[in-house]
Amino acid sequence: MYGGGYIFEEPNNRQVREEMLHDEPEKLAAFEERIARGEKIEPGDWMPAEYRRQLIRLIEQHAHSEIIGALPEGTWITRAPGFKRKLALIAKVQDEIGHGQLLYNAAETLGKTREAMINDLLSGKSKYSNVFNYPAKTWADVTVIGFLIDAAAIVNQVANSKGSYGPYCRALERICYEESFHLKQGHDAFIELATGTPAQKEMLQDALNRWWKPIMHFFGPPDKASLHSEKLMQWKVKMASNDDMRNQFLDMYVPKIWELGLTLPDPLLRKNPETGRWEYSDPDWDEFFRVINGGGPCNEERLQVRKWAEEHGRWVRKALMKPAEKHSLPVA
Amino acid sequence: MSLDPRVNRLKLGDPNAVIKVEEGENWNVYEVFHQEKRGAHHEHVGCVHAPDPQLALIFAKEQFARRKKCVNLWVVKSADILAFDVEDEDMFANNLEKTYRDASGFKVMEKINKFKQSSKGTTDVK
Repeated sequence: MYGGGYIFEEPNNRQVREEMLHDEPEKLAAFEERIARGEKIEPGDWMPAEYRRQLIRLIEQHAHSEIIGALPEGTWITRAPGFKRKLALIAKVQDEIGHGQLLYNAAETLGKTREAMINDLLSGKSKYSNVFNYPAKTWADVTVIGFLIDAAAIVNQVANSKGSYGPYCRALERICYEESFHLKQGHDAFIELATGTPAQKEMLQDALNRWWKPIMHFFGPPDKASLHSEKLMQWKVKMASNDDMRNQFLDMYVPKIWELGLTLPDPLLRKNPETGRWEYSDPDWDEFFRVINGGGPCNEERLQVRKWAEEHGRWVRKALMKPAEKHSLPVA
Repeated sequence: MSLDPRVNRLKLGDPNAVIKVEEGENWNVYEVFHQEKRGAHHEHVGCVHAPDPQLALIFAKEQFARRKKCVNLWVVKSADILAFDVEDEDMFANNLEKTYRDASGFKVMEKINKFKQSSKGTTDVK
């Protein structure tokens, strides 16, 4: 998991900087030709400053999402029903933290240090996927996260793994391989509740009702509200539009929810047989932006837990620091 | 109050407190090479942050060998990797005329057949 399908804007810098698209026209042309041919860009290659900036933002947010995303699930390790579910959840949470490490490394190859990224997360400057600002109230929430949020993340990550930046693609290949287990164990736990006792079904339906809005938000605002996708798509930083990814997700997973006799809290949700596209009610984009800006039910707790960890682990890290050592970035 | 009793027990600090990580606090970077089975090459799989090579090996085991098959790992500090500049990639461009170092550049059968034909009758073994 957990690549948020949506790359958040930096608050003070909402658009691709036009002037940066025009520096070193010859190198830029060669760079764009290389991407058009399907070649990967590697850390030492020349790249436009804007490409570097956008990639750092994308990969860093993805990394933060993995780390923060492990918190609502980690909460349930001690309460997971049964030995096998507990083992699977521990393994999944460990994987997510591992994915965070892989992604931080990929972002570091672009020149931003790990410490700078963590500082930006803790200060609230860097964002992470919005879904993790919602609480996991019951075990059914964990199954909805494990099944549907992971599924949505896979749609996004499979698309991104075909992008242009080599280190990010390599990290995503490993991540997608591990995700297949996350999705399967989530689906399995989801089915168990859906086909279980009336109380289990009710608990699952309740979780689904609460999570549907954040899930619809997962891939970001509609394309018509997206200002600068074109250049990012040409550079293969963004591989599919928000609406296309959302549609693909609905296509793959709504039938899997309906076939279990569950409902979704949107009376307008349907696939238009003529266009082949899914139609749905407005999922309240105001709430989406409110939650990004710190107004979600769990924003504060997530960052506080992260700060607590940073503070309480500090003495170990400092004891092992080697200040005289020359610091290096990953080479690939 | 958090939904998680463990989080409540942590006594989280002031939400507005500024926590700043110092440069170097996450240690240095080590590249990791993974050997999938005996007899295979070690292949580069990624990197870890660690304070020294011993701990880098332990982190590499957690990160890169917790699932797929692995029989051995190498780690080396990223700064110790010497590589060509990617800008010099053209030096690897293949000279098309390299038949002199290629098996297909040596046509022994042609010569053997020619020899056999020219000396037919004298060396033919029937």
